[in-house]
Amino acid sequence: MHELSIAKSMVDAVLEQTAPDRVVAVHLELGKLSGVEVDAIDFCFDVVTRGTRLEGARLSIEQPAGQGRCRRCGAEFAVTSLLSECACGSLDIELSSGDQVRIRHVEVKRDVRDLRV
Amino acid sequence: MCGTCGCDEQSGTRTLELERDVLAKNDAIAEHNRLKLNALDAVAINLMSSPGSGKTTLLEATITAVDGRSPVAVVEGDQAASLDADRLRALGCRTVQLNTGSGCHLDAEMLDRALAELDLEPGTLVFVENVGNLVCPALFDLGEQRRVVLAATTEGEDKPLKYPHMFRAADLVLLTKTDLLPHLDFDEGHFASHLNRINPRARLLHICAPRGDGMDQWLDWLRSARSLPSGSASAAPSASS
Repeated sequence: MHELSIAKSMVDAVLEQTAPDRVVAVHLELGKLSGVEVDAIDFCFDVVTRGTRLEGARLSIEQPAGQGRCRRCGAEFAVTSLLSECACGSLDIELSSGDQVRIRHVEVKRDVRDLRV
Repeated sequence: MCGTCGCDEQSGTRTLELERDVLAKNDAIAEHNRLKLNALDAVAINLMSSPGSGKTTLLEATITAVDGRSPVAVVEGDQAASLDADRLRALGCRTVQLNTGSGCHLDAEMLDRALAELDLEPGTLVFVENVGNLVCPALFDLGEQRRVVLAATTEGEDKPLKYPHMFRAADLVLLTKTDLLPHLDFDEGHFASHLNRINPRARLLHICAPRGDGMDQWLDWLRSARSLPSGSASAAPSASS
């Protein structure tokens, strides 16, 4: 299940860029053709955030649809799966969207417990 | 919202725009690996397939065929044990075993560690035997220059369509265990056309390593992989683009 390492990479990247704040929400863009499953990421997110500044954070996931250009005839069209055929019959599609796995933004909150130290 | 830092004064939260690929760190290490390999005039070939498709048998036959004429090293990925690495070491090949535990694929940092341990001599042909799995390894750039996907005739001819991420990432596809074709209901033409539909840029070779069938073409491909400019794994779909 590669979602575990994807979730771990995501959490590491967020921790790196948010110290020392507590993270209350993470907004992720997970393309429909990325090969990464939303349910699995959700599950793994809970597991890998335990004991970190992200514990209990809300994960919201946006799923951009696929868009691509046919390498054979150059047509641009909506790609619903990696087996989507261009009107010319080709499956050789260069994706311009739909395969992204990106952290868009996070919501953070200064942890009052830290301020008391 | 407050005018100083953009926080929501009522809830005390503020938003940070990160706009960052989740695998950015992996991809940076992969690029570092590729530069290191290029500087040594070394070529790394990532072998990916289901478990049992014949990766280690192919490596044994390749190491024997090369027979010391070119430096060869293997990075062996498995969840546990070192059975494959032991087979390759028995042939005198420098091999590093990477056990991923529960992990189902190698990542760029693992290859970085393995390359440091191998202390490569210039011109080495480095084979990376990835964890047997047709799904997860496809999404992780290791810094290799070429990607080879193996599919055994026993797995059925529909694999390119059922695992499109993996087959889209291949520079070369090896159809292995072709000696079994007379005993199987496997249509080579269907396999080739399925692959051609999902990835027309991938080259396809038929091979039976224990019998030597297809080995000359495979060794020719390895020679050409050395001489081609070594950029990013060309057809790799990126989970982080």
